[in-house]
Amino acid sequence: MDVPITYFLYLSSTIFTLGLVGFFLNRKNLIILLMSIELILLASNINFIAFSYFYDDLVGQIFVFFILTVSAAEAAIGLAIIVIFFRLKDSIHIDDINLLKG
Amino acid sequence: MVIISKNPIHSVLFLILCFFNAAVIFLFLEAEFLAMILLIIYVGAVAVLFLFVVMMLDIDIVLLRKNFLNYLPTGLFVGFLIFLELFLVIKKSTFINELSGRNLEENKELLTNTHALGEILYTDYFILFQLSGIILLIAMVGAILLTLRKREGVKRQNIYNQIFRK
Repeated sequence: MDVPITYFLYLSSTIFTLGLVGFFLNRKNLIILLMSIELILLASNINFIAFSYFYDDLVGQIFVFFILTVSAAEAAIGLAIIVIFFRLKDSIHIDDINLLKG
Repeated sequence: MVIISKNPIHSVLFLILCFFNAAVIFLFLEAEFLAMILLIIYVGAVAVLFLFVVMMLDIDIVLLRKNFLNYLPTGLFVGFLIFLELFLVIKKSTFINELSGRNLEENKELLTNTHALGEILYTDYFILFQLSGIILLIAMVGAILLTLRKREGVKRQNIYNQIFRK
């Protein structure tokens, strides 16, 4: 396959930017914020896999494996926190998260 | 589409589409095991978890989109800036351009991707592998502990009474 690596890097930087813009656009919905985090992690995974292919080195794929593990754990914990927050306040607006205000 | 669709359910479905496309790209890059893992874990578990939570918490969509456009200029500006920087870095970087000119010779051993990955994972990275298992365990215990609540009128098991009953 003779696709140069820059195409994969452009793709992953596009996905990363979309995830970042998602942070700014969805200041209201906490779940979409978590999805933006997933997008950013996906972009980093595409980067790792592309470099692992072009360097012919499998350690990059090992790293992607660990990133997948950690992001799955993070998604589970984040969704649990969202659920108990919804139970507490009946909304998931970001503006309502002010319980830690001193 | 993940970030701009009005309904969070559509947003989750577009996220699933995105993961499918990423899995196909992984297949192109000869990472078959990780493509399957991405499909199983993400589409099978995480995205379904998102879908459950979105449907469980029925949030008012109209209220959520009220001042949607407040942060749009800032967001687009920052996104454009970051994208421009990444684009320039990729375009100008010398070692990436050297890498893209390289031809891969066919010297792969006759191992499947899963086999080769396992041989590295269970020898060199064994401690990290076990640590990731512990992280998953902690995440599971934490999620259960966070969402468990004591309600009135629910019959619970009392282990002490059960063992020591006459």
